[in-house]
Amino acid sequence: MTKIVISDPLSLLNIPVGGSARVKTILTIGANRRRLLDLGLIPGSQVEVIRRSPAGNPTAYLIKGTVIALRNEDARQILVEEADYVMSFTHEGSERRIYD
Amino acid sequence: MSTIKNQEVPILREIEPLLPDDIANIKDRIVSSIYQQAEDISARVVKTENSYQASLEARLDGILTSRWLGFPIMLLLLTVVLWITITGANYPSQLLASGLFWIEGHLLHLFSTLGAPAWLTGILIQGMYRSLAWVVSVMLPPMAIFFPLFTLLEDLGYLPRVAFNMDNLFRRAGAHGKQCLTMCMGFGCNAAGVTSCRIIDSPRERLIAILTNTFSICNGRFPTLIALATIFMGTLIARAYSSILATLVVVAIIMTGILTTLLVSYFLSRTLLRGVPSFFVLELPPFRKPQLGQILIRSLLDRTLFVLWRAIVIAAPAGALTWILANSFVADTSVFALIAGWLDPLGQLMGMDGIILIAFLLGLPANEIILPILIMGYLSVGTMLELDSINALRLLLLDNGWTWITALCVMLFSLLHFPCGTTLYTIFKETHSARWTIVAALLPLALGILVTSMVNQGAQLIMR
Amino acid sequence: MLCLSHMKDQKGEYMIETASLPIQGQEHTGNFVVALAGNPNVGKSTVFNRLTGLNQHTGNWPGKTVIKAEGTFSHRNQRYTLVDLPGTYSLHASSSDEQVARDFICFSRPDITAVVCDATCLERNLNLVLQILEITDQVVLCVNLLDEAERKKIHVDTAMLAHQLGIPVVGTAARSGRGLSKLKDVLHDMVIGKIATTPRQVVYDQELETSINEIEKRLTPYLPNWINSRWVTLRALEGDFNILEYIACNRPGNCPQQILPEEVALCLQ
Repeated sequence: MTKIVISDPLSLLNIPVGGSARVKTILTIGANRRRLLDLGLIPGSQVEVIRRSPAGNPTAYLIKGTVIALRNEDARQILVEEADYVMSFTHEGSERRIYD
Repeated sequence: MSTIKNQEVPILREIEPLLPDDIANIKDRIVSSIYQQAEDISARVVKTENSYQASLEARLDGILTSRWLGFPIMLLLLTVVLWITITGANYPSQLLASGLFWIEGHLLHLFSTLGAPAWLTGILIQGMYRSLAWVVSVMLPPMAIFFPLFTLLEDLGYLPRVAFNMDNLFRRAGAHGKQCLTMCMGFGCNAAGVTSCRIIDSPRERLIAILTNTFSICNGRFPTLIALATIFMGTLIARAYSSILATLVVVAIIMTGILTTLLVSYFLSRTLLRGVPSFFVLELPPFRKPQLGQILIRSLLDRTLFVLWRAIVIAAPAGALTWILANSFVADTSVFALIAGWLDPLGQLMGMDGIILIAFLLGLPANEIILPILIMGYLSVGTMLELDSINALRLLLLDNGWTWITALCVMLFSLLHFPCGTTLYTIFKETHSARWTIVAALLPLALGILVTSMVNQGAQLIMR
Repeated sequence: MLCLSHMKDQKGEYMIETASLPIQGQEHTGNFVVALAGNPNVGKSTVFNRLTGLNQHTGNWPGKTVIKAEGTFSHRNQRYTLVDLPGTYSLHASSSDEQVARDFICFSRPDITAVVCDATCLERNLNLVLQILEITDQVVLCVNLLDEAERKKIHVDTAMLAHQLGIPVVGTAARSGRGLSKLKDVLHDMVIGKIATTPRQVVYDQELETSINEIEKRLTPYLPNWINSRWVTLRALEGDFNILEYIACNRPGNCPQQILPEEVALCLQ
């Protein structure tokens, strides 16, 4: 994988299929921000990139046990930090404790 | 951003100074707190060794939405569903038709024994009963097969995968991702499809979805397409493959409809309804074992009988009206033939004739009755014959100068013309706008006239 | 703000729909209204179909619940009207579906709100449950899809969940009908008052709690007694003034004991 420059914020869209990440900041504003939050995309949540649709957009993510597809333009607004190494943990509760 | 507008209201004036400045931040904190507690509780009560990637869904989704197989599988499923419907409906359709027309014979006999006047027999038997018999025998079998199959796919959780595969096309057309779901709903019934557009929150995108819903071939139009495809396309090759070819023709018409949906959405989102696609979220739920009993009950009771009943209620008076038009004379010509004569030049331009256009006009209340009206129209101006089989219908149409070009143009016009009365009324109710309702009627009609004329001219050139 | 004005044009229509349903207060007897809420794709419609059988009418093409469906059933000589609300992730009224669900639970005041949730992803579902508990305390939780959870080796401790939430919890597998008679028993025990609930309240951070207390104190005198003042306060804190505007329309200081949903509709148009 390419090395990511620190000044370049990492968004959900940059995470390859199969990888996972932790939500840092959501740039979306207004009602849509609320919708993302309601889906469980709150700072600290773990998101796994499941697959891209045949044309590459939208992309399906595993968010709190549910597979949810977001269009890439929207996923770009979700800034994350990579968390590949927690993939093997199966329970979200246990993952969280490691970070907190 | 969110200031209180109504300053005269004391309750609001009183609490406003207490409100924090950063409301967006408060929202975040509220949702986070709720989720944190949900997580706490969940950690206490749930024990799991589950992981998504190893699950059956993951593997199935990998196939159904894969880059190379996603679209072919969709097309294949559509073809299989239609093929089962076409082949499966054939025999019961014939059986119903011969049964119902056997009854017609006895009814006619009864009426003549009772000495009923000819006009009464005409309106009740040749008008109302005959169109009812057609609607039931042509529509009931395909619906009773198609709806359970469609509900099965819905129950399995396949539709969201279709939306996932197709979303990129809708996104490029400037439409909402959920429009794909409302389009699928339209395959059942356009009025229902229009209502289902409520799931789209942005007014602009909802309007696009509403205006293009009629390009999903609804169940009222499937039987017409299936019958015409069987009659004209089926005879082009060996009998053994005829139902496959008929299926492929219907699939091609459906694909044309989807393409039209995308093109018109693209056009609308760049002209009348300009804007960028709004945010959308699509859940891909786990595949579920379908409940066959529930599927049968729901699809037969709620869908099949619902659509059939509406068709019957509308077909009876329309049948009577058609008979009256065909049997009221001005000088030597019937009113029906007179109107058909006026419409004939336009019909010929579009590869059809005046009677076909009348059938579409009289079919405004419900698309289901287009074929019965057409038959009655031909019968009233041509020779009388017993119409108890698909073959008889073929002969009747051939007698009236039909070729495969006529059939193709009728099928295309059936895809591209004004939505049925129920759908138009629903559009008016949903948009609260007479203007948009008129657009919804004229836009597909204009397209239909354009496309059929072009196809007709093109085909004539090729045949020459 | 775009989203606010958009919500409002939706509102008129949906509120009137809510208003056309029977209004249920505490005083009536006979027919009890049970609202069925839940996330999308949790088998809510299956629960609805199983409970009501063929005694239902939908004003709409069935399949996906776009608008509410209603049905009835009887259990132990008690009649119930079951209202199937649209499936939503949340009740923050950021979409018309959420608006319909929220307004029904809040303003039409069903006797009981039954929340159906998915045993295989409980955490996401609890988000909605906790939000509903902020509006009403007459809630029963139905943990559905237990069969699927078992297949996926997910175990949910329903007793512990009931203890955590302070409301009755019934485990079901609606497709096979498992647990549904238990659910009906619990509904019965709740309407006759045999089961009392002590719903868990979401606790917010210190600073927020202080604001909530402060504002709630000012707001309470203006509010009808059936509405949860803490919930109204939270909405005000978020900048959602629809509910407050409605209360303002009902002559502040002269708080009516019962407000009809029609009035809400008029005020919010």
